Amino acid sequence: MRTAIAVAGFLAPSLLLLLGFWIGPMLGTAWVSLQDWNLIGVPTFVGLDNYTELLSDAEFHAALGHTLAYLAGYLPLVLVSGLAVALLLDAKLPAMTLYRATFFLPVISSWVAVSLLWKWLLNPADGLVNRILGMVGVAGPGWWTDPDWAMPSVVLASVWKDVGFVAVILLAGLQAIPRDLLEAAALDGAGWWRKLRSITLPMLSPSLFFVTVISLINGFQVFDQVWVMTEGGPGGASSVVVEQIVKNAFSYGRVGYASAMSMVLFAVILLVTLVQLRLQRRWVHYE
Amino acid sequence: MTTRRRFLTAAAGAFAAMSLLAACGQDGSGGGADDDATGTVTYFTFSAAPDHLKDLDAIKAEFEKQNPGITVQVQTAAYDDYFTKLQTAIAGGTAPDTFELNYENFVTYARAGALLPLDEKAKADKDYDANRLYLKAREAFQFKGKLYAVPSTFSDVVLFYNKKLFDAAGVAYPTADWTWADERAAAQKLTNKPKGVYGDYQPVTFHEFYKALAQNGGSFLSEDGKKATFNDAKGLEAAQWLLSKPGTVQPTVAEIGGKADYDTALFTSGKLAMWHNGIWQISKLAGTAGLDFDIVTEPGSTQKANAVFMNATAVSAKTKKATAAWKWARFLGISQKAVETRLASNWELPAVNDQAAFDNYLKKTPPANRQAVFDALSDIALPPVLDAQQSKMQDIVTQALEKAASGQATPQQALDEAASAVTGLIK
Repeated sequence: MRTAIAVAGFLAPSLLLLLGFWIGPMLGTAWVSLQDWNLIGVPTFVGLDNYTELLSDAEFHAALGHTLAYLAGYLPLVLVSGLAVALLLDAKLPAMTLYRATFFLPVISSWVAVSLLWKWLLNPADGLVNRILGMVGVAGPGWWTDPDWAMPSVVLASVWKDVGFVAVILLAGLQAIPRDLLEAAALDGAGWWRKLRSITLPMLSPSLFFVTVISLINGFQVFDQVWVMTEGGPGGASSVVVEQIVKNAFSYGRVGYASAMSMVLFAVILLVTLVQLRLQRRWVHYE
Repeated sequence: MTTRRRFLTAAAGAFAAMSLLAACGQDGSGGGADDDATGTVTYFTFSAAPDHLKDLDAIKAEFEKQNPGITVQVQTAAYDDYFTKLQTAIAGGTAPDTFELNYENFVTYARAGALLPLDEKAKADKDYDANRLYLKAREAFQFKGKLYAVPSTFSDVVLFYNKKLFDAAGVAYPTADWTWADERAAAQKLTNKPKGVYGDYQPVTFHEFYKALAQNGGSFLSEDGKKATFNDAKGLEAAQWLLSKPGTVQPTVAEIGGKADYDTALFTSGKLAMWHNGIWQISKLAGTAGLDFDIVTEPGSTQKANAVFMNATAVSAKTKKATAAWKWARFLGISQKAVETRLASNWELPAVNDQAAFDNYLKKTPPANRQAVFDALSDIALPPVLDAQQSKMQDIVTQALEKAASGQATPQQALDEAASAVTGLIK
């Protein structure tokens, strides 16, 4: 009994914060999603109207599609490049800490700063990327001003920022792999590729699983970089779910409708994560 | 025991400090609880920053001198963030006592009950003379026949042109009789891409589109207001007129590359011949050395139509300082000091009938043809207002134009899609 009180006492501070700033607002959002409210007037209860409207909202569907397109580009790129960086950072070289810190710098930088930086780099008129492409005789695309290139531009900036995070998690996983396994494989004549496929990747699968789940959850909530680089444009070509939520809540005065969007996004993320937890049995190996 | 007492003392100290802080906070709203005519009045504005903060300070200082006991506390935000901040402040119960509203957003706030009806305050105030206000502005800020905001300023959009570039290209200066065809022909002659000179600049957005539509004799909504009609032949022509400029006589979106105030920089550096913009640019341009410019009302197509922007000062429905807030709103609108300060600094135009003050304003150059600012008022095209869905509608139209400009749809397809979306917004 005394232990129980002690435990409760130690948990209380973080639990209170969690309730006040996380669970409470979530329940609040669920409640607001049943209202018609523009922030300045009095909310009216409308039942599930906001949800039924979402079913036929072409813009929301397009935003959902763009979010999936973003994930389709972002997820494989960030995982593969994160793994590549982790393997490089695992090498025994002088000043390795410096390299590791360098790759981690974008992770701790502000999203707005990184997005602005890439907006400049990818400036179609005089950005560094198009200048370099011009030097080798390639006419660079319009990047974020071109509907076909707007989303790839966002993906590029996001991968650059997040690759350090993925790499650090995977690096920790790599270093936890017992060296004797790799040495034994080498003695048996396994080459680099064979070792990677048969020992490193399976041993790394818990870490890979973790970064995949986290990256998917974050990817569904992509916002800052879209807001800064394209504002969902041109002509809505890079509009994503959270951007629609923000616009509906704060520009269009439809907080209830935006809350319904948030709930749908929450459900989608929850579903995808549950499916992943289910599927992990097939490919994640715990020692 | 000692520890316990020490703890209590500390707690008491902290508590005292907190109540002191709280008291300071309350002090901000000043005065006694039943006195709504003195104390601190907060004022939230988008039109003052960054260019006219000093001018607002001057108006505020004079107001405080004439109204002892009232202090005005100014908060500013850029236009792009202004309405988000205002909404959240109102929702959070921290609405400013007085705040600026523009014509397009006024109805949303009036209908939501966020504004204090001002007729009673106006009647009780012997210093208020309704006839001193510009009639069209006074009408614009009425809701269900009641005054809900005191008009403060208005401004219109004209065609700015660089005389040196016209001279160099041997093209005659624009006149008030010009049509789109004249503008197009001149723009083509004036554009000199190797030298980085562009003939024309007009944003491809909602505000330009509704106006171009009016210039082309079209109508944004059907007569009963139930249906969007801007996708007819006249609307298509208006859209094509705007879309024909980028890439020919005007830089493209990619060439601009998202740089803020690109058009301003282009015009002030003498590389832009014609510029569709508001008279709020006059103060900056008049202060630019080596720039020889003038203005004229915008060319029409089948008729003339000019965009007019109107702002007013509203009083929060929740204010505890209603009388003081009213006085400040009135002062911003019709006081001699506000009128003179705005005119002297080219801070838009005061929404008053004050010919004497305007006469002085008209004498100032550049631009030599300052009269165009007032000529524009004889053919006003106010933006369509869609009650609570204003910004959504504006976004739909701008996005449709972007789609057409970036080749995601033909202009007709984009307009059709936008028109049905806008019709869907009308309840």
